[in-house]
Amino acid sequence: MRIIDKTAAELAADIREGRLTSVEVTTAFLDRIDAVDGTVKAFLHVDREGALATAREADAAVAAGEATLPLAGVPIAVKDVVVTKGLPTTASSKMLENWIPPYDATIVERIKAARMPILGKTNLDEFAMGSSTEYSAYGATANPWDTGRIPGGSGGGSAAAVAAKMAPLAIGTDTGGSIRQPGAVTGTFGAKPTYGSNSRYGLIAFSSSLDTPGPVSRNALDAALLHEVISGHDPRDSTSIDAPVPPVAEAARLGAAGDLAGLRLGVVKEFSEGADAAEPGVLEAYRAGVDQLVKLGAQIVEVSCPSFVYALPTYYLIAPSEASSNLARYDGVRYGLRAGDDGERGLEEVMSLTREAGFGPEVKRRIILGTYALSAGYVDAFYGKAQKVRTLIKRDFEAAFEQCDALISPTTPFTAFKFGERTGDPYQMYLADLYTIPSNLYGGPGVSVPVGLSEGMPVGLQVMGPVMGDDITYRVAAALETTQEPLLADTAPEISANLRFTAFSEDGK
Amino acid sequence: MSTISREEVAHLARLARLEVTDDELDAFAGQLDVILESMKTLGEVDTEGVQPTSHAVPLVNVFREDRPQPSLPHDDVLAGGPDTAEGRFRVPRILDEEE
Amino acid sequence: MTKLNAYDAAVAAYEPVLGLETHIELDTNTKMFCGCATAFGAEPNTQVCPVCLALPGALPVANKAAVEATIKIGLALNCRIAEWTRFARKNYFYPDMPKNFQTSQYEEPLCEDGFVDVVVDGESYRIEIERVHLEEDTGKTLHVGGATGRIHGATESLVDYNRAGIPLVEIVTRPVPGAGPLAPEVARAYATELRDIVRSLGVSDVRMEQGSMRCDVNVSLNRPGEEWGTRTETKNVNSLRSVERSVRYEVRRQSALLDAGEKILQETRHFHETTGETSPGRSKEEATDYRYFPEPDLAVMEPSRAWVEELRASLPEPPRKRRERLQAAWALGDKEMQSVVNADAVELIESTIAAGAGASGAVKWWLGELSRRANESGAELGALDITPAQVAELQGMVEDGRLNDKLARQVIDGVLAGEGGPAEVAAARGLEVVSDTGALETAVDEAIAANPAVAEKIRGGKHAAAGALIGAVMKATKGQADAGTVRRIILDRLS
Ligand SMILES: [Mg+2]
Ligand SMILES: [Zn+2]
Repeated sequence: MRIIDKTAAELAADIREGRLTSVEVTTAFLDRIDAVDGTVKAFLHVDREGALATAREADAAVAAGEATLPLAGVPIAVKDVVVTKGLPTTASSKMLENWIPPYDATIVERIKAARMPILGKTNLDEFAMGSSTEYSAYGATANPWDTGRIPGGSGGGSAAAVAAKMAPLAIGTDTGGSIRQPGAVTGTFGAKPTYGSNSRYGLIAFSSSLDTPGPVSRNALDAALLHEVISGHDPRDSTSIDAPVPPVAEAARLGAAGDLAGLRLGVVKEFSEGADAAEPGVLEAYRAGVDQLVKLGAQIVEVSCPSFVYALPTYYLIAPSEASSNLARYDGVRYGLRAGDDGERGLEEVMSLTREAGFGPEVKRRIILGTYALSAGYVDAFYGKAQKVRTLIKRDFEAAFEQCDALISPTTPFTAFKFGERTGDPYQMYLADLYTIPSNLYGGPGVSVPVGLSEGMPVGLQVMGPVMGDDITYRVAAALETTQEPLLADTAPEISANLRFTAFSEDGK
Repeated sequence: MSTISREEVAHLARLARLEVTDDELDAFAGQLDVILESMKTLGEVDTEGVQPTSHAVPLVNVFREDRPQPSLPHDDVLAGGPDTAEGRFRVPRILDEEE
Repeated sequence: MTKLNAYDAAVAAYEPVLGLETHIELDTNTKMFCGCATAFGAEPNTQVCPVCLALPGALPVANKAAVEATIKIGLALNCRIAEWTRFARKNYFYPDMPKNFQTSQYEEPLCEDGFVDVVVDGESYRIEIERVHLEEDTGKTLHVGGATGRIHGATESLVDYNRAGIPLVEIVTRPVPGAGPLAPEVARAYATELRDIVRSLGVSDVRMEQGSMRCDVNVSLNRPGEEWGTRTETKNVNSLRSVERSVRYEVRRQSALLDAGEKILQETRHFHETTGETSPGRSKEEATDYRYFPEPDLAVMEPSRAWVEELRASLPEPPRKRRERLQAAWALGDKEMQSVVNADAVELIESTIAAGAGASGAVKWWLGELSRRANESGAELGALDITPAQVAELQGMVEDGRLNDKLARQVIDGVLAGEGGPAEVAAARGLEVVSDTGALETAVDEAIAANPAVAEKIRGGKHAAAGALIGAVMKATKGQADAGTVRRIILDRLS
């Protein structure tokens, strides 16, 4: 079995018990990146030296018999919207093309403290605004299952990196589905933790009240292990919850025992009906998954969440409003791009030209939308109203969790679509997050776990839990995994064959 | 919530310090219309007496003690600047107003 | 050339309505939302971090000391302290504001509905406080290439963010009608009272000349019985005196426009210390839409009543009460006390008395000789190189006759010149009253012998003539004799 075929948990054990060194493991993934990323284009920046340096430290620690942390020596990829000291951080925007941060995000500090080598920074839709990575200023990332299709977004780079086995683990961020939807369409596992349970300090802000960093992996246990590395209270984030981290790794192991007896899973009526229903292939795979969960002893209850139908418009008022303010700082004064400064033009014009040149179309669209929603005369009708509807959505969740322990749904209505299929019509793109957005508005956790294929493309099942109930989502997902063909493990050879084929077509790179 | 005009988009762009091309104006005006259409549905929702929600877990009184922490090294501060002089960030002349 | 009415004519025809918006920089150790130090005058951009530079990803955390200070100010201004309050973003682009929004407060300020009473010419005026809220300061922009560092004609600007993020308390009054001709004095009295209150709380050094206290002064005029006129807002008012002058100027300017049947523009104007005039800035017509919304990066605040009461209990005696107490204790008239206050001498006199001097002596030196010295050197009274203890010592030497006023002034020269305390200076410079009566009697006899005519007059009962002989004796003793003693000896001799 190749190093790159192993899970993070297996690699951690091999390193801890001396069967493998972190340098060997890290090198294997760096070589895999060299071999296939020319095609997948998941990475914007690869830090071979830095990763290997950390790997040597991890090996030294093991050699010195230091009690090493759970994932010590296991390499990881980081979404390029998370700030890394001394490593380029662009948010996939021209605005930050040459920016080298002078500080580390809190979760990056924790990754470094855990002695996890950082392989590089992964691609995303500019400032995490999008569902396909097509809005990256540096070109789209390909879906390893079909390089003519999108890997989801905004975190398509992290998901594709894990799917193509260029990294065993990755960091993603989820504002409306940017961890879960890419996970679903690439056959990987993605978790959006409870808002506030993972620090946002150093996460380049898109929508402050929704942004949540979280783990991307090949299975629930790997994600849970990473979750426990990065999670926990951070005094530098005023919205960080000062409470114990839910025991997610323990829950994942419990779920892997394959017993869900006594657990009640709620199916959201509104998602399986009418206009909001998923495409047939997705529904089929999802229902098969539900049947498996029943076989494991789970009890299915139908719950109604009438306000969920308002989640999408609510989200597209709140997120762009906050974004229009969060992105005001990109003005070409203190860092980043400056355009049009010919010595003649005044500051106001130079700022406008800078923002015109630095932002892509989707970012501009949302800045204008948010500016509109906050402008005098509209703020109550839009932003204010949305914050109230958010309360109704929260109540729907709370009522649902009276009747069940977790909610399940398809992660996204459709599988990976072809490049260009939805860029012409923003609204069609927004629909990709139809099922993931409610958890962001509510703040509770949500994970996406692979649940088979539809026409050869991966489908994801979403498990949503109550606020700070992340453990239940991991338990259900891990249980479902026991019923699934381990997608990547089996199809990996095909993926790589496919990739090798396309790779060779690019002069043997 | 009436549909959004080209002029309105231009005004918003100015507010947001975005120099937008005519093509962008046309595109955005159309696209924002579609989005705003869906947002109109919120108008139907009865939120009488409903308190707004801003965060998952509402936290209160989150404070720092008034103890100084190290600032950034001066070189790191200016390193990212597109244009600096005399230890400061240089910007083109400000036409706006007297401060 | 702006046309101005005579002030008296203006206030005869129009009634001014005032409004003051004051920003006060708190002197916390760290900034409002980050741990950067706040030292004044540090090298540019050396007190900045990811948060106050608005680097991508950085997040704010509120400074508890700043919230406490704001609540104290609110309590001292008789405000109601909110039970639920939060920060809001005020969105507009300006290069000295790193995030291009100011973290401030909007509909839910920390403190509301207070008042300050001020007395002008024995008349008491109540200034109602609408709100006291907490926000953050901007950086400083240096305009290069233009004349006198002004923004006009500048070819570029240089920005220093050391000040960006320093806690700023904004205090807004309700409109103040009814001050009539005294409007300028009332505005100044309010600013002075506010300064003294905040200073007494020890939460800011409230130095207008250093910008740690800044006033925006609103003025409108209306004819008696008519509704209030359009107001202008004058910024850059950097001293208490300027507060008064700016109101006076606007009253004269606006009344001239109204007389000419012209409209007052609702606009921001800028005060110029040198000329005492105001000039137009940004007109509110095209005022930007600030797009306020609740700051999602900060938690709401619910100041507990226990906390508020704790702070209330910690408040010092209000300056006004304190002044009344001291005025009585020092037996001063209103005018005298007023000049003590204007001279900023209250603390100085208090500690001089604490050091053992009598009230009248302490007041005499600080308001008299020392104020004169301060004016000469253009320094503040408190900045003189003499301590209250030294003033007390000096007064003591005068009282037990070792110095007379003339010598005392010479001693002050020495002390201010850094030659040491009064006793040392007196010794070093040999400035001691001659108390050896033997020597004095000889000097008197010589004076009498030298002025027989004068002596005759005195024998004849013209005691006033003694002055000439005293003068002669003082001359002979180089002023070191005590005039009283000399007079006594002369009269003994010639009666
Ligand atoms: Mg203000
Ligand atoms: Zn700072």
